[in-house]
Amino acid sequence: MSSNNHTDLVAGNVRESLFDTYETAWCPGCGDHIILRCLQRALTELDKNPHEVLLVAGIGQAAKIPQYISANAFSGLHGRALPAAVAAKIANEKLTVIVSSGDGDSYGEGGNHFIHNIRRNVDITHFVHDNQIYGLTKGQASPTSQKGHVTPVQVHGNINIPLNPMLVALAMGAGFVARGFTGDPDQLVSLMKQAITFKGYALLDILQPCVSFNKINTLNDYKTRAQPLPTDYDCSDYNLALKTAQEIGEKIPTGILYRVEKATFHEQHATLSFGEPLVKRPFTLTAVGNVMAELV
Amino acid sequence: MALNILIGGAAGQGIDTTATILEHVLKHAGYYVYTIRDFMSRVRGGHNFILIRFGPERITSHSDKIDCLVAFNEETILLHTSQLSDRGIILCDASHKTDDKRAIQVDMAGIAKELGNPRVFGSIAVGAILQIFTLDMGHVADVFEKHVPKAAFAVNLEAAKRGFACVMPRLSEPSGDDRHFITISGNQALCLGALASDIRFYSAYPMSPSTSIMEFLAEHGKSCDVVVEQAEDEIAAINMAIGASFTGVRAMTGTSGGGFCLMVEALGLSGIAEIPLVICDIQRPGPATGLPTRTEQSDLKFVVSAAQGEFPRMVIALRSHKDAFEQTVRAFRLAERYRIPVILLSDQYLADSTTTLEPFKLTEEMSVREANENQMISATTPKESKFDNGYRNYQLTTDGITPRIYPGHEVFFAAADSDEHDELGHLTESGEVRRQMMDKRMRKLDKLKQELIEPLLIGSPEYETLLLGWGSMQGPLEEAIALLDKENPGKVSALVFGDIFPLPVQKLQLLAPTAKRLINVEQNATGQLAGLIREYTGIACHAGILKYDGRQLSGEEICSRLKEEVLV
Repeated sequence: MSSNNHTDLVAGNVRESLFDTYETAWCPGCGDHIILRCLQRALTELDKNPHEVLLVAGIGQAAKIPQYISANAFSGLHGRALPAAVAAKIANEKLTVIVSSGDGDSYGEGGNHFIHNIRRNVDITHFVHDNQIYGLTKGQASPTSQKGHVTPVQVHGNINIPLNPMLVALAMGAGFVARGFTGDPDQLVSLMKQAITFKGYALLDILQPCVSFNKINTLNDYKTRAQPLPTDYDCSDYNLALKTAQEIGEKIPTGILYRVEKATFHEQHATLSFGEPLVKRPFTLTAVGNVMAELV
Repeated sequence: MALNILIGGAAGQGIDTTATILEHVLKHAGYYVYTIRDFMSRVRGGHNFILIRFGPERITSHSDKIDCLVAFNEETILLHTSQLSDRGIILCDASHKTDDKRAIQVDMAGIAKELGNPRVFGSIAVGAILQIFTLDMGHVADVFEKHVPKAAFAVNLEAAKRGFACVMPRLSEPSGDDRHFITISGNQALCLGALASDIRFYSAYPMSPSTSIMEFLAEHGKSCDVVVEQAEDEIAAINMAIGASFTGVRAMTGTSGGGFCLMVEALGLSGIAEIPLVICDIQRPGPATGLPTRTEQSDLKFVVSAAQGEFPRMVIALRSHKDAFEQTVRAFRLAERYRIPVILLSDQYLADSTTTLEPFKLTEEMSVREANENQMISATTPKESKFDNGYRNYQLTTDGITPRIYPGHEVFFAAADSDEHDELGHLTESGEVRRQMMDKRMRKLDKLKQELIEPLLIGSPEYETLLLGWGSMQGPLEEAIALLDKENPGKVSALVFGDIFPLPVQKLQLLAPTAKRLINVEQNATGQLAGLIREYTGIACHAGILKYDGRQLSGEEICSRLKEEVLV
């Protein structure tokens, strides 16, 4: 199959990909283009078969991404990508299930699912395109918007405390907590690959500029603040991770803040911890007969 | 003729265990048994009661007339003595204050204390009840073995023997022959239907009276390869079930009205994305929290119209325990065949009541998938772009039904979209495609309507008065018609809807003109079935027998209210 049309946006050589990409409806200069390109690279470099990949999203500008790459796609309801994604993985664990969606979809409308699916620890990957603003609805505050950010709704400036996804994920017990930045595509591809191969729920929050609606957190703003974690950073140190997660100011650390594998949903589940994927298992009428026999 | 026992007491006194044991002993003695549980929404205290009706012939509903009032506390005597039948007696503890001549007082608390375990109070009562009804202790040990912890088996058996010896035979009833029958609740029957249909995924959030579905499926999840997931909320529950179904397993979610409210947006997702889904709404009185542990049929108009926009759906009201099994099997098949959401509408009365039934016939056919298997799809359409590999998830077909594939297919991609989409599943804003897709989805109803099940006529076809009901009202209506037939044969019949949306209209249109009166009998305040019938047929009911106090209409009550309110 052919390659794609955003090669120019991401540095580095890209090998021939089995994943095709579509023409998008995003604004020129939007970080989503980079994320799509990096996703394509990550999946290609991991030798993933597009037919074994399921991309899941809710609603938003970022959430259009499953429409733009050749893989299985589930574009569900606003905020509800995670429940559909974990159930898909439960039904067929052979699939590589990736939720790729925005900060509003993931942390706002879907906040409850974000919290509880960390607890489930189903082996899926969650990329959050975090531009700290609502793009699709044209510029209202998102859960991660900075204090003071003036928008058409927050006309006197946002007065709510921004949600810190790294801290929330760590507090809930996530095993893989990382932050990337569209201004550093090579690092982003590497983080994506590690998140996808991580066994368990993996959160990768991706800082990206919104060229149309976020005039504060611009590409330049992020470039001056985003700093890769030092090479000797110990990502197995939970307390260090908690401390690092609190650093969102003049510096924003990028990289893997925390990585420790824990028992997954499938490994612990009485029905799923052995045997074929659920979708492949044969039906046994005698098992149902036995259930009925217990009622005699 | 059937006999009726009421066991009453406070929550936490063990009346439920006592009733379960008694139902099984009566079944083994050869009786048909029908039990309803009237529980308050609390774990301790309050007043709960259970009605156990048994007899030699099939029993379809409860009765409020009591032959034996078994009181675990004094309050029960005060509350229910007025319901005693002509032959009615009271069994209570020696310590309970009563001057009722019909009372048989047994020192159950004393015996329990003597046996060193106050919890065996109920087993003493079981023994006494068996003696009162001229039954023997033959099946008690078997039942205890199954329903009492091993360590407590001996003391419970001894307790039952002591209770048996304390009283004299008072009433008797010839037995039938259903010893090999199953004892099953409405929700359990629904679960068996789901298991027989090869359900693999059930997600729900606990909510009375639907929770027992989740519990039953969870109990058997390992042996039947079912994953039961307790979701963080009902929104997650339905979106999970949709995600699982999209991935190729048969999936279901269940709740009561309040939880269904949260599911509504995703109901539309199932509709527009054409992902098969079975949703159980086990109704209770609303709105909001309403009466959590009681019964009502007030979600009908809500479920037939829930969610924004228009899409095909089916609603099946469950009419009896057997029907709950059969319609659940059918719901999975129809959901898959038409790629639509199918709502199973039950209620607390049916969900929590237990009955004895011949075991259901299980066949491999119930689990057979509709023609949506991954391998059955072949590339038949010309490719229009490099992203079109020949399969269209939403291909426009003459009957509106597109064969479905699942993620993991070797050649094609599965796609689902909550946005309006083109044949490939890609978002579109084209007016022309929108119209085509709406027409395609709604076209599925034309075929679905051909396999609707018409309502059931109970009684003579030569009626003067035709009662109209739906769902779980079937049992009480059967009883009402039988009672009315004894007094005045053939004058009153009933028509009971199971399939309720799309509304099957043929039989109704044929039968309604021959009735002098059409009376809707419903467990709600506004006559929702009557409204639906009027909307789709123009046929208007002359009067309604409606009840909305959370307590189920009985056959006797339908008869008396018919005479008092309608036939005057």
